[in-house]
Amino acid sequence: MTIMGTPRLRKEDPKLLTGEGKFIDDIHAHGELWMGMVRSPHAHAKIQSIDTTEAAAAPGVHSVYTGAELQEMGLWVAPLPCAWPVTEDMVNPPHYPVAADEVRHVGDLVAVVLCDSRYGAVDAAELVEVDYEPLPVVASIDAAVTDAVMANTDISSNKAYSWALEPDPEAVDAAFAAADHTVVGEFVQQRLIPAAMEPRGVLAIPAPFGGDITFYTSTQVPHIMKVMLAATTGIAENKIRVIAPAVGGGFGAKLNVNPDEILAVTLANKIGLPVRWTETRSEAAFSTHQGRGQNQKIEIAADANGKILGIRVHLDADMGAYMMLLTPGVPLLGSFLYTGVYDVPAFGFTCDGYFTNMTPTDAYRGAGRPEASYAIERAMDLLALEVGVGPDEIRRRNFLAGGEAFENLETASTLVFDSGNYGPNLEKALKLADYASLKAEQQRRREAGESKQLGIGMCTYVEICGLAPSRALAGLNYGAGGWEHAMIRFLPTGTVEVVSGSTPHGQGHETSWSMIVADKLGVDPDDVHVLHSDTAHSPLGLDTYGSRSLAVGGTAIAMACDKVVDKARLIAAHQLEANPDDLEFDGGMFRVKGTPTAEIPIQGIAYEAFTAHNLPDGMEPNLQEQVTFDPENFVFPFGTHIAVVEVDEDTGGVTLVGYTAVDDCGPQVNPMIVQGQMHGGIVQGVAQALWEEASYDEAGNCKNPSFLDYLVPSPMEVPNMVLDSTVTPSTSNPLGVKGAGEAGTIGSAAAVINAVCDALSPYGVTDISMPATPQKVWRILRDAKGGEA
Amino acid sequence: MDQLTHRGIFVQIDMTVNGRACSADVEDRTLLVHYLRDHLELTGTNVGCDTSSCGACTVHIGGQSVKSCTVLAAQVRGADVTTIEGMATDGELHPMQEAFRQCHGLQCGYCTPGMVMAATSLLSENANPTEAEVREGLEGNLCRCTGYQNIVKSVLSVGGQS
Ligand code: FES
Ligand code: FES
Repeated sequence: MTIMGTPRLRKEDPKLLTGEGKFIDDIHAHGELWMGMVRSPHAHAKIQSIDTTEAAAAPGVHSVYTGAELQEMGLWVAPLPCAWPVTEDMVNPPHYPVAADEVRHVGDLVAVVLCDSRYGAVDAAELVEVDYEPLPVVASIDAAVTDAVMANTDISSNKAYSWALEPDPEAVDAAFAAADHTVVGEFVQQRLIPAAMEPRGVLAIPAPFGGDITFYTSTQVPHIMKVMLAATTGIAENKIRVIAPAVGGGFGAKLNVNPDEILAVTLANKIGLPVRWTETRSEAAFSTHQGRGQNQKIEIAADANGKILGIRVHLDADMGAYMMLLTPGVPLLGSFLYTGVYDVPAFGFTCDGYFTNMTPTDAYRGAGRPEASYAIERAMDLLALEVGVGPDEIRRRNFLAGGEAFENLETASTLVFDSGNYGPNLEKALKLADYASLKAEQQRRREAGESKQLGIGMCTYVEICGLAPSRALAGLNYGAGGWEHAMIRFLPTGTVEVVSGSTPHGQGHETSWSMIVADKLGVDPDDVHVLHSDTAHSPLGLDTYGSRSLAVGGTAIAMACDKVVDKARLIAAHQLEANPDDLEFDGGMFRVKGTPTAEIPIQGIAYEAFTAHNLPDGMEPNLQEQVTFDPENFVFPFGTHIAVVEVDEDTGGVTLVGYTAVDDCGPQVNPMIVQGQMHGGIVQGVAQALWEEASYDEAGNCKNPSFLDYLVPSPMEVPNMVLDSTVTPSTSNPLGVKGAGEAGTIGSAAAVINAVCDALSPYGVTDISMPATPQKVWRILRDAKGGEA
Repeated sequence: MDQLTHRGIFVQIDMTVNGRACSADVEDRTLLVHYLRDHLELTGTNVGCDTSSCGACTVHIGGQSVKSCTVLAAQVRGADVTTIEGMATDGELHPMQEAFRQCHGLQCGYCTPGMVMAATSLLSENANPTEAEVREGLEGNLCRCTGYQNIVKSVLSVGGQS
């Protein structure tokens, strides 16, 4: 290993830096028609009538279709897919791309216009006249739980499912009965808008003859898309080619199968012309799923020393108006993590999923795990207060394996954690942040009565990623496997093609995969070309989400390289007239041990394999191998994040003034990329803690769909972060690697809110809901100070 | 309603883009960003929002950075426009592009053209900015991937050299 583990500049960058990267809206097809979307202004209503006459007569309009007309045209054979029916009896009324009789969230599609220009499509859509009969609206989880109003006239309760992970309920009851201390945390995971900078878009291009269709879409999941398109539209899977071009960020928001995607493919297929659409930013609040949306209750029972005896968790989760691809499963992904990095003898988790009349929810960076980490890490601070020890000490007292290194440890949540070493990680972070000095400075400001108080908060998270062992997914009733596929192809002239089933959207896979291959095969990383994101080039794959690419896809690549070397060794031995066991392979060269002159480079073997003139008897020509890797276990990255905030007591303003993170994702292939992932992930979690919330009024309108009032942080709001790492290899794959894409987000929200609460603690404040806006902080302070702020 | 269905007046718009004289017949209401993207096929300039908030569409007009989604193409007839496609010369990245590459100042790359354009214009006004000045100068440019740390580092590295 010489290249892996070193920072290496990215192959992807020159294109992206010069404007040559082709994103979805940059790609065009001759004769293309733009979809103009007619969306409901009501959160819940019956469609009385639709008049499309004026729209149909508008300049450039090709056709207009209402939901009812589309339904009659028989464009789809099944409703939009939900791949994760978490229970046998989960309620999931059929959801078609365009509503025919009832709309269930603002922005629900009711009709679509096809027009020959970008602007014309939007204009024409505005000319469609729809009469609605408004229905009562469910605009919050609390409202859904009461069942006073139904979010869908086809259901008799808003509750879609109840799911439980209760390995030993009696043990949990006994733990609470025996407790010296109990704490209860009730937290709200507000809805978030994922807001990848590139809006989603589609372009479906039908072949003039033969029924083939090429579908460009800004997706994280072209392979899953292809399967789902076939299942939903009835178009034969082998007629469909899905291409994810350059994708401008995903964060989970681009892993769905959306109404617009089904529409574009089926309409293009039907009319024989290319069909396209790009969402506007404000439209994205309705056309792309949102994240989070949970009410959490966590209870901890502990003994007199603060040692945890048991944890009980209940969630009410907001599904939104429809079950999208993974909607119901998102809370389950977090369920195993409510015990955090702690030794918890007894654990129980229950979750109810509710329909509401809001944009559907689904995965957003971390998907279930930031929520879990937030709840347990906030509750640990409550426990520390209750017991009267510091937040660091309460964690030390409870770390799994006493804070020492472990491998393959079964936890109360029934999972086996691959590896961990939590104590040293915490101590490293405390030292790096200079925790003692921060506490001293905090004390000084308090004593001086300064208006800007300091708060220091920590989060010792663990996450579960590397999705996923297929059998574990089966246990969760997930509709697909969790493997990943890779092929390594030596070309005759000595360069290498890697075919990968994972689909990058900013993570730098081409660079990292080249580094793995370069080390494994002893070739120059620049001689490695990575093919991905196009189902014609890379036919097998399960794509990119859940921090799975390296741990599953990267492992498949490494294993395929090993197979290539194994085959090449046989050819080399044949050509060098040596025993394969007597050959060493180093730096791309096969050598007969002890006979340094007898050597042959692997590129030479590739050429021999191509000509096939002189191969061992019975060997197939060509040097290429493939591997489908299905991991035995998940991977469990962990780390300690420490946030430092300044709270202005006069204004309630919270400023993040320092951030230290020591993460452990096992060995790092490209530390530069890992750090970049951490930076971005951390800021997304900080944003949840301090600024972002998709807020809805009682009528179910999202009040802040655009960037004017949905506060994605700018460079002004965040400080430089100080990062370091520890390295604890995973036992779940031969590279020992874990995942880094979501860890930052999983660690940061709790650290920041713990810091805000720490700053306010002299006033007896123990909790504040996210986002901790100036107004909220100011009010809490005013109330805590007895009404005068 | 009549105005909405009206397909605008088509006008010929000429300007110099990346040193080349360009011309296209477009609807009078065409935004500069769509003139560049849809008519001149210079798709490096991106659209990230509809409220002039994100800066993905930043270009230079007469050397000044402008959000090209906030101007009509017709308003800048005859102007001298530079887009991201005009930054590299003779196959060599512009120093700001090179800095972004060296400092890992981009991930998905969607905000990047706008960031590079805004950053070069920032440095043309203040050759040696502090970290705080860089952050303030790029306030109108959003990035969802990088947490800004390496973007700021990229800009500072060029500033420090100049
Ligand atoms: S697209 Fe111009 S500022 Fe966002
Ligand atoms: S690099 Fe993705 S938005 Fe900035």
